Amino acid sequence: MAQHELIIVGSGPAGYTAAIYAARAGLHPIVLTGTLTSGGALMTTTEVENFPGFPEGIQGPDLMENMRAQAEKFGAVLVAEDVVSMELGGASKIIKDSADSVYEAKSVILATGSDYRKLGLDDEARLSGHGVSWCATCDGFFFRDKNVIVVGGGDSAIEDATFLTRFARSVTIVHRRDKLRASAIMQERARSNPKIHFEWNSQLTAIHGESSVTGVTLSDTLTGQTRELPIDGVFVAIGHEPRNELIAGQIDLDPAGYVVVNHPGTATNLPGVFACGDLVDNIYRQAITAAGSGCRATLDAQAFLEAAE
Amino acid sequence: MSNLTPVTDATFADEVIKATTPVLVDYWADWCAPCRQLTPILEELSKQYEGRVKFVSVDTNENTAVAANQDIRTLPTIQIFVNGEIVHATVGSVTKMKLRQALDALD
Repeated sequence: MAQHELIIVGSGPAGYTAAIYAARAGLHPIVLTGTLTSGGALMTTTEVENFPGFPEGIQGPDLMENMRAQAEKFGAVLVAEDVVSMELGGASKIIKDSADSVYEAKSVILATGSDYRKLGLDDEARLSGHGVSWCATCDGFFFRDKNVIVVGGGDSAIEDATFLTRFARSVTIVHRRDKLRASAIMQERARSNPKIHFEWNSQLTAIHGESSVTGVTLSDTLTGQTRELPIDGVFVAIGHEPRNELIAGQIDLDPAGYVVVNHPGTATNLPGVFACGDLVDNIYRQAITAAGSGCRATLDAQAFLEAAE
Repeated sequence: MSNLTPVTDATFADEVIKATTPVLVDYWADWCAPCRQLTPILEELSKQYEGRVKFVSVDTNENTAVAANQDIRTLPTIQIFVNGEIVHATVGSVTKMKLRQALDALD
């Protein structure tokens, strides 16, 4: 089997920036982009107004398409498959994809990003798509004149709630504290919207419904008292968690599940394995910071490969 | 916008329910970003399974009757029909591998 210099897993701003730098450095990187997650989190955003170099703003999917094209232009090989297993401990890293192709490489950059955090409730998976949703912009349309809740207290929860008022009769924000984490401008927008209500100090503890959501149980986080709320839809916006399921157990993670790297470097505890983007970052989580860390990962990998020669 | 054969409220019964070959139905809408990510995967699979499985798409924005009858509440939703019965359904994000497994299970 041919041994590659570098394999990059992931195709958000971190993965594609790593690929651009690696391709220009002549490392002939293989990029396993993933299938449905190809392009990363920006693929599900609309207008990006804060990425430098685009004074008029740019659509998230267009920005990612540009990065993809730039990586391909310099010779990165993009493989539109999902990784199913990785063995990263040895000198030769072995990666298998969903088309049963096996790749071997001297170095690997992990840029798998993050995924929506789940509630962790019994009926969540069963009712997913039947009233439980993680994408307000996708599914809000189906809740015209319905009553829905949004779980969460950050910017994305408030953004979702505000969006859902276009369709829903009422939108109740369920938050486990007595104040929001969202920015002041977002909070003001929500509080001034007559369709938006709040359930403070409340935790969602159960979702009810046979074939679709009919109600939820809320628990008061101060008194522990529970109450039932009849509802048609549950929109979950409680943040993200790092996509580490293929590497947990073989690489050092912090207690929250993020890959531990030698900041400001990108080296993990495994020689030749580097990590970048939202997989290592639970603080900044911006397209531009992810891109910057992808650049650092390739420069680190390049130094590793040169030293190994 | 996908290149799969569009079916509508008017044609759903003939094209999907009464079809004699298995039919994969992709429910989408133009506001659904994950749907756009799924489109190239479905287009690729539709070529691979040509002659064995018919791939169609429903614009839920235009065809609200089908969306309501099928109780679609999340996009994207994928259904696979055999002889008018749903034999497989996924809601939300789904990988190429999972779709292949579902399609291969039809044989």
